Amino acid sequence: MPVTTIGGKEVHVDDEGFMTNYDEWDEELAKQLAKNIGIDELTEEHWRVIKFLREDFSETGETPTLRRVSTVGGFPTKELFKLFPKKPAKKMAYIAGLPKPHGCV
Amino acid sequence: MTTTEKAPEQATAVVPDFGEDESDRKIAFVASKGTLDMAYPALVMANAALGEGIETHIFFTFWGMDIINKKTMGDLKFTPMANPATHMPAALTPLPGVTTMATHQMRKQLEELDVPDVPEFLQLIADAGGHLWACKMSVDMMKLTEDDLFDEVEGIISATDFIELIEGAQTMFI
Repeated sequence: MPVTTIGGKEVHVDDEGFMTNYDEWDEELAKQLAKNIGIDELTEEHWRVIKFLREDFSETGETPTLRRVSTVGGFPTKELFKLFPKKPAKKMAYIAGLPKPHGCV
Repeated sequence: MTTTEKAPEQATAVVPDFGEDESDRKIAFVASKGTLDMAYPALVMANAALGEGIETHIFFTFWGMDIINKKTMGDLKFTPMANPATHMPAALTPLPGVTTMATHQMRKQLEELDVPDVPEFLQLIADAGGHLWACKMSVDMMKLTEDDLFDEVEGIISATDFIELIEGAQTMFI
C-alpha cells in the first residue's frame, strides 16, 4: 500500500490517493486534503459534514453514500453539491480521510 | 519490484483525480417504460452520473410518463408475467395477485438497500441538478397537462427539442 506525505505527515493511501488508515487522520490533515482538491477553506458547514462522515464510518465500517449523508446526517443534497462541488460523495470521503464510497445510491 | 520490505512504495498519484471541474461530459436517458423494474435503471444511473459531476438529462416518453405522472409515480408495478428472469413457472404469472405480490417483494428489497421510492428518487435527482423532461407527444396522447406532472419536471418538449438538447451526450434508451 502506498505511503505519501501530506502536510508533513506520512499517511497510507490507496492507489487513487484516498486514505486507508482511519486513525492517521486529523483536522490539520483535512485542511490540507481539502486544499489538494481545490477547497481552500473549510467552513463550519464543511466540518459538520466531515464529522458526520467520520462518526458514521466508525459505526458502520463503511463510507456513507451521498443519500445516507442526506437522510441520516440531515444535510440536504443541494447543500452537499454546493459545499463539495460536482463530485460531493468522493470529495467528502477524501477530506474525511475515508475510503471512496461504494454504494450505488 | 524489490523483495525488501523497508521502503514503502511512493505513490505517484497521491491526489485523486476528480477530473476537470468544467467537464463537458453529458449523459441522457430516455425512460420509455413505466414498470417499477424499468424505472429504476434510469434513476440509479442518472443519480450516479450526477454524483460524478456530469450534466444529466432524462426524457420520459410513452409508458415512461407513468414515472413522472403524479397519479401513478408512487404506485409503479412489477410483473413477473412474460419475464423468465423471475424463474417463476410461466403458467402461474398471470394469476390474480401475482403482480401485487411481486411488486411488494421488489419494493421491500429496494427498501432494505435504502433505495428511495420513485418520487423521492426524482427529487434527489432534481436536487443534484438533473434535468427532467416530459415528451410532448406522450403528454398529448395521454391528455395530460403540466399540472399532472411531478413538479420538478422542467418542461414538456418535443422529440426534436430533446435531440437538440442532448447534442454530444452519451444516450441510453431504457
